[in-house]
Amino acid sequence: MTQAEAHDGYNFAYLDEHTKRMIRRALLKAVAIPGYQVPFGSREMPLPYGWGTGGIQVTAAVIGRADVLKVIDQGADDTTNAVNIRSFFRKVTGVATTERTREATLIQTRHRIPETPLSEGQIMVFQVPIPEPLRWLEPRETETRSMHALREYGVMHVKLYEDIVRHGRIATTYDYPVIVNGHYLMRPSPIPKFDNPKLHRSPALMLFGAGREKRVYAVPPDTDVRSLDFDDHPFAIERWDAPCALCGATDAYLDEIIIDDKGERMYVCSDTEYCNDRQQAGHHGTQGGAPRA
Amino acid sequence: MYVAVKGGERAIAQSVDLVARARRGDPAVPELSVEQIRQQMRLAVARVMTEGSLYDEDLAALAIKQAAGDLVEAIFLLRAYRTTLKRLGDSVPLDTANMRLERRISSAFKDLPGGQVLGPTYDYTQRLLDFALMADAAVTEDPAAEASAGPIVAPRVTDLLAGEGLLETSARAEGDPDPSDLTREPLQLPADRATRLQNLARGDEGYLLALGYSTQRGYGTTHPFAAEIRFGAVALELFIDELGFAVKIGEVDLTECQLITDFEGSAEAAPQFTRGYGLAFGHSERKAMAMALVDRALRAGEFGEDTDLPANNEEFVLAHSDNVEASGFVQHLKLPHYVDFQTNLELLRRLRAQWDASNAGATGDEEPAA
Amino acid sequence: MKHPAPLLEVRDLGKRYGHRIGCEQVSFDLYPGEVLCIAGESGSGKSTLLNTLAFQLRPDAGSVHYAMAGRGLTDLASLPEAALRELWRTDWGFVRQNPRDGLRMGVSAGANIGERLMAVGQRHYGEIRATAADWLARVEIDGARLDDPPTAFSGGMQQRLQIARNLVTHPRLVFMDEPTAGLDVSVQARFLDLLRGLAADLRIAVILVTHDLAVARLLAHRLIVMKQGRVIETGLTDQLLDDPQHPYTQLLVSSVLAA
Repeated sequence: MTQAEAHDGYNFAYLDEHTKRMIRRALLKAVAIPGYQVPFGSREMPLPYGWGTGGIQVTAAVIGRADVLKVIDQGADDTTNAVNIRSFFRKVTGVATTERTREATLIQTRHRIPETPLSEGQIMVFQVPIPEPLRWLEPRETETRSMHALREYGVMHVKLYEDIVRHGRIATTYDYPVIVNGHYLMRPSPIPKFDNPKLHRSPALMLFGAGREKRVYAVPPDTDVRSLDFDDHPFAIERWDAPCALCGATDAYLDEIIIDDKGERMYVCSDTEYCNDRQQAGHHGTQGGAPRA
Repeated sequence: MYVAVKGGERAIAQSVDLVARARRGDPAVPELSVEQIRQQMRLAVARVMTEGSLYDEDLAALAIKQAAGDLVEAIFLLRAYRTTLKRLGDSVPLDTANMRLERRISSAFKDLPGGQVLGPTYDYTQRLLDFALMADAAVTEDPAAEASAGPIVAPRVTDLLAGEGLLETSARAEGDPDPSDLTREPLQLPADRATRLQNLARGDEGYLLALGYSTQRGYGTTHPFAAEIRFGAVALELFIDELGFAVKIGEVDLTECQLITDFEGSAEAAPQFTRGYGLAFGHSERKAMAMALVDRALRAGEFGEDTDLPANNEEFVLAHSDNVEASGFVQHLKLPHYVDFQTNLELLRRLRAQWDASNAGATGDEEPAA
Repeated sequence: MKHPAPLLEVRDLGKRYGHRIGCEQVSFDLYPGEVLCIAGESGSGKSTLLNTLAFQLRPDAGSVHYAMAGRGLTDLASLPEAALRELWRTDWGFVRQNPRDGLRMGVSAGANIGERLMAVGQRHYGEIRATAADWLARVEIDGARLDDPPTAFSGGMQQRLQIARNLVTHPRLVFMDEPTAGLDVSVQARFLDLLRGLAADLRIAVILVTHDLAVARLLAHRLIVMKQGRVIETGLTDQLLDDPQHPYTQLLVSSVLAA
């Protein structure tokens, strides 16, 4: 308890030190076996299951006083869920928070990886709803464990094959399965497949927490992360016809926004910080800064 | 100019304020006290304690008040509080045979030592709305005046059957290891019976009720008898190392249900009764009975019975029993999913364009799609 | 007939369920390309024997040795689960009585055939699909059905699809559990013809369990007759059926072939 300080009767970062150690041990194992799902004694958190309890526990277990925390949901810092989790950690840790990807040492996310490239020393924490990539193909946990141990992943390709038969293309668009370090099949959490390439050999440490399912897993820095595909139907990411309407970015993931009741649409960066940054640096799209006609 | 939605923090603060007001209702109506809830909504308190895995009537009543009567939300509140509590020690196993009975019935015997004790039950009330209760501050006479003389303690029906060797004995595992604690360790499958029972005890009453019900109407093979249902107070004892003996530290109200099912025997096991077990805090008969049904259904494999029905499927039953998990995950669909939705929207548009193109070619006279 | 070396060597194999005998003291050798039928009434232990031979049930007694590619006769009990599972999905095949147990009913015929290829690492959609189409033709299913799910197939087509799904990795040994039991007599004949042709062309050894001696007569080089978990008679099919020695076999033969 040397590090810890009580706030409103709670330990630093809410969890008691014993629990944090337990989670850190599980994380160490996860880092040692990239992509392997480590069971851990997930605690009941004051936020609902499915709302990021896994990510919150991972963050709580690794956060220190010197950390600078960024929390995003859908790539945005200002969605209610991101605001809520950020304010939870401000309350129970008092650490500095930021919206700037470059300044953050710890980034908790739901559904996106920031557009700004990550750097060595940064930790990404992903909130994971369902960690098991084989769940819809094989519901029995006892069997999926064997399949992972023996790398029996043929059935996963059966699913992709069937996609092509039916749709002419691989129709999985988010939570797109990857092979980590040449062994474990892993769900990257429901990030769009656009973000999958950012996992490959990232200099940052990627930690994944599934609270309800009581699993953590990890992709250590500089680890191979390959998205499943076929030689003649290679993995490809989404592209947009238009650049971001606010900052003109052509390399970012764009959200579609309906702007009037006639159904008119515009496309803007889902990563709000990246978009603001670009606008401040003088980049403009068709709508950026100018009042709409 | 387009402006992204901002101000999440202020919206949240206002929502918190609004829900507090909604909970309070009309300020002209006197506020419910926690003590009133504890006393007058004792069955709600019992359910929240059972599924919240914390025996504390005051906190359960507080949670019910704070949750405006939403019991799953109250269970969640209690769980989130419980998770931070220190574990000071393990109690000595509860001795339900020494329960101070308020109610005890057996449907397997007409009469038995200790007798049938009807106690407080809705079973034989005629379910007519009692409009007298609508009157404010209806004064009733003190029921304690007519309370029975002295506490009733009676042996468990299952102990009587076991004496005859007709009931399976629950053998202790080698070395009698402490049961796992599901609130500290993840559920590992396959699970032993102690772990399964723990999961079911915390499980949602409605879920267990439906599963138990399914075993009674064809989605199961057992035909159980209610050997005994008992409700009353049981002493809670803690072994104190410094003293070298166990000390009574309080009492808890419990409902215990033992259902028995006949088993024809096999090459290794003699014909005998097998049991399904249910235990809940407070007065929670429906829960305890449903739990016992599901416990027995999960043991089907032990007795060579068919195991292909929903209530026999250990992974399915245990993985979906927890209402705090279920409620959270179902309701997380309220969180923004627009990034993933966007990817689906794009895919669907492409597929739709493909479909329209090929169908336009096929039918010819249709309007081309926009 | 002179054989080089056995593909499968079974010695004193036994499997119990508590006190009940599944099968016991079963011994035989199986040679490459040989079709062996295990015949008996239901409850005679033939399905238990089949699953025990394939190590999908662990035997309680005796041994099974298999001539693994590149390492000769190997005691299956000595194999780690990974190696065993690899055998199951590459060098061996399984055709089930109920196609629901042997096929993925929710995906196309092509995906069913392609699954084993993908499991062993093939990653070219076009090639997998072409191979699947080729195998569909070899089991006499119209190539236009490649993208249809097995649910849209007749019973006979489903069983032929099971064959294609298994043979695509060129296994050397295929286990079949009453593959014709659910088929009409006319459909059975076509299926058995196809099976006999494929086994002979590809030199696949087959162990087939059946209650139907007519199936054995048509397909098997050799026949094992089982009763109450034990082998009561074994021999070349024609010899055994024309001149059964054991009273039980005599009864079986007379009841079936006379009917």
